[in-house]
Amino acid sequence: MGARIGALIPWLFVGLFLAFVCAFLIAPTLVLVVQSVTGDNGFTLSYLAQLGDYQYRVAFENSVILSAASAVVGLIFGGLLAHAVLRPGAPGFLRSAVTSFSAVAANFAGVPLAFAFITTLGTLGFVTVALRSIGIDIYSHGFSLYSLTGLTITYAYFQIPLMLIVIIPALEGLRTTWREAADNLGATGGQYWRLVGLPVLFPSLLAAFLLLFGNAFSAFATPFALTDGNIALVPIDISNVLSGNVMSDPQVGAALSTGMIVVMIVVLAIYGLISRRAARWRR
Amino acid sequence: MSATLSRSGGPRVGLGNWIIILACGLFFLVPLIVTGIFSLWEGGHSYGVSSYVLLIHSSGFWRSLLLSLQLAIETILLSFVLLVPAMIFVHLKAPKLKPLFEFIATLPFVIPAIALIAGLSTLYTGPNWLIGTPNYLVIPYFFLALPYGYRSIDVGLNTLDVKTLTEAGQSLGAGWGRIIVLILLPNMTAALVGATLLTLTIVMGEFTFASVLLFKTFAVFINDTGQNAVTEAAALSLFSFVLTWIAMLGVIVAGKRQRTRIGAR
Repeated sequence: MGARIGALIPWLFVGLFLAFVCAFLIAPTLVLVVQSVTGDNGFTLSYLAQLGDYQYRVAFENSVILSAASAVVGLIFGGLLAHAVLRPGAPGFLRSAVTSFSAVAANFAGVPLAFAFITTLGTLGFVTVALRSIGIDIYSHGFSLYSLTGLTITYAYFQIPLMLIVIIPALEGLRTTWREAADNLGATGGQYWRLVGLPVLFPSLLAAFLLLFGNAFSAFATPFALTDGNIALVPIDISNVLSGNVMSDPQVGAALSTGMIVVMIVVLAIYGLISRRAARWRR
Repeated sequence: MSATLSRSGGPRVGLGNWIIILACGLFFLVPLIVTGIFSLWEGGHSYGVSSYVLLIHSSGFWRSLLLSLQLAIETILLSFVLLVPAMIFVHLKAPKLKPLFEFIATLPFVIPAIALIAGLSTLYTGPNWLIGTPNYLVIPYFFLALPYGYRSIDVGLNTLDVKTLTEAGQSLGAGWGRIIVLILLPNMTAALVGATLLTLTIVMGEFTFASVLLFKTFAVFINDTGQNAVTEAAALSLFSFVLTWIAMLGVIVAGKRQRTRIGAR
């Protein structure tokens, strides 16, 4: 009898976990999807069709532009920085300092990050004022921290470190023997990267781009704190519906959430396929 | 950037790389330094620690900090009860379920926080004991931390010979409870410390769920402070960066320990 109960305990815990996931993760998501296609008279696509309205189309476009731009910035600078600190001649302390700082900065998002940037590059920020005192008024040249450009710069603070963390294993996978072989055959550094390095890295870079894109796409706290909720992005629009700041049906919020989830599914599904391919060179 | 070889034969870092390192260094350090200076500003040309003193004496600071800390501990405990045993059993008894668990662990990435909270508030409008207190936040926090906790514990389990350890325990007459608490958990402390600190960092900084549900957690307090007391908000931002740093140092140290142990085997 005791042994039988003992055999049941593992399944009890596994079942408990799965039940919790179903109740508080799967079910709420399904409810959103169902709500987004349910009107007063049953099934309707009108709420999902509303995502094509100007207001929501702009929010989706802005979210996509911001996510893609900040992912590209992260990809370029994170990639170059990772490459720089991995150079065999680079001092060891630099490498460990950069990687541990990245672990912190990749997790330093949201409200504190927004305030740090308002203090630095806001209308009265230190750098803004310092530049103005030497005759460069960045705000009169069209820059604003509270715009997509400003958000892209702010997002770079967590995108660059994230890129660094995910790309270092791939860069380490580039065998020194390949580089030596290229050098022995008389290839220049440029030729090596164009013909060997980048083609091998390509799947890893694409996977990193998608990860960074998804990371920026779902960010809410940073843009909310930075702009006080005054920017057209999908997560901000959802929160406005939830808090009743705008007069719109809850179904619109559900449709926006569903749209976001669909984008994330597509992004992460491609990511899954590519990262499996990227792992090929790491064996 | 060409592969310049120095006289000693090893490749050098090169000017271009130093420029990249310097530029990134400036980008990452300037906002922190500026925030630090600003937190000490007392108006005009006067600098001092008055914003820090004000914070220490403000009840909102302590209340929100302790609330976030309490929620972090509750989330960690929930993970220990729900996630750790389930993962150990799947590892031991039902490896076939592993892909399902992997899939579940990526779901919180697929479902953005703002969408999850929209779904949760649509589905659960009561009972009040569940949704009426800040403890309700522990449910979404559990999922927010799930991918990181899962990864960390998975690494920990893979470095252990769970099967042998369990069979040894069973042949000596230990039940599941004893095997997990006395044998398995002590052998994966590094993974558990890593998962715990990551969860702590995530919960201490979490804003989305709390702000939508109108609970005054630490991140919500920072945001509210920023509306009228900007120097105090700067002090809080710096404080929260230091908190993240301490937790991440812990994760890195724990990870290194684990690696040295694997190396020693």
